Amino acid sequence: MTFSYYPGCTLKTKAKELDAYARRSAEALGITLAELPDWQCCGGVYNNTKDEIATKLSSVRALISAKEQGNKLVTLCSACHNVIKRTKNEIETNDDMAFRVSNYMQCDARKDSDTEVVHFFELLRDTVGFDELKKKVVNPLTGRKIAAYYGCLLLRPGKVLQFDNPENPKIMEDFIRALGATPVIYPMRNECCGGYIAIESSEAARKNSAAIYESAEGFGADCMITACPLCRYNLIKAESTVPVVYFTELLAEALGVK
Amino acid sequence: MLTSKEKEQIIRSSGADVTKCMRCGKCSGACPSYDEMEYHPHQFVYFVEKDQIEKLLNSPSIYKCLGCSVCSERCPRDVGPSKIVEAVLAMAVRRQDENHLKAENIPGMVEDDTPGQLLVSAFRKYKK
Ligand code: SF4
Ligand code: SF4
Repeated sequence: MTFSYYPGCTLKTKAKELDAYARRSAEALGITLAELPDWQCCGGVYNNTKDEIATKLSSVRALISAKEQGNKLVTLCSACHNVIKRTKNEIETNDDMAFRVSNYMQCDARKDSDTEVVHFFELLRDTVGFDELKKKVVNPLTGRKIAAYYGCLLLRPGKVLQFDNPENPKIMEDFIRALGATPVIYPMRNECCGGYIAIESSEAARKNSAAIYESAEGFGADCMITACPLCRYNLIKAESTVPVVYFTELLAEALGVK
Repeated sequence: MLTSKEKEQIIRSSGADVTKCMRCGKCSGACPSYDEMEYHPHQFVYFVEKDQIEKLLNSPSIYKCLGCSVCSERCPRDVGPSKIVEAVLAMAVRRQDENHLKAENIPGMVEDDTPGQLLVSAFRKYKK
């Protein structure tokens, strides 16, 4: 089964592991990730304002390109997923956005960019299936206590992302169980790491991130997983006492392709 | 009372309906940046409704929002405080020469392990 794949800029530089382990794991699961030709950076954050259009066009281009290939579009980085999915939703729900994007791109935005956007976790849950994934595990991570760190971008806004229940999600815990490990449920798993504020206020970001890993540690986690390079960076900079790895690294390990 | 063009612009650009707010404060109670902010999410909603936009435009609070969307997710009235905060921030940085983050300052802010995601995100928020 082939999917178009949008890696995003950070997966080509500081988060190469997130990308590499996903590709290897997908192959082991019989899924082909076809990287989009000429994709452009999503911009990292979605701008909430309705009159901000130009900066959302890179996402539109990715949606159109996947549609031209006849594929659903798979994302891996939480931020790319958030930006692309929200851009698609804005075109669907805001006439002005659809009109302006159509004019600018010389297309019928609603039709040409109505590509299904699928996060890699959703691919595992909905296409592979966690039961099937479990069967493909050759190195079960038995005895490992793993804390899923959702952060913001996969979950919110809940109505648009429709990833999982934004206040009580379970997809990452189900993933952890499928790999044979034990999920650690802790209160701060869907709170913010501090995000981009780290650029000018590293102290503030560290305070946010410290509250998260202390919560995970308090509930007995020996490892945390994330899909977001910025979450991982902020946690590490805050000197997390719990190791933080990309979820694809655990996946590759369990599938025996690390 | 006449509505200022700033208020009109904030309402248009955010798409948020401030009149729905019932001042429960849940947004601010959930905000992870509460301690950093002079004005909190519910006050952004209030001051926009009362047409006191300048107060918000000139407050460092607009640069303290993390864009986490928690305030909007947990708002029982679907007001969307995070959209208001972002619309005020956008209005501030769209003013001529008011970019909050300048490219020439970046080299002093990055380290070897700074992810590209952090730089592009900060630029998108703080610069026009
Ligand atoms: S989006 Fe901004 S204002 Fe709203 S809760 Fe998050 S940090 Fe606070
Ligand atoms: S949570 Fe919603 S209704 Fe309550 S104060 Fe905030 S904006 Fe107003």
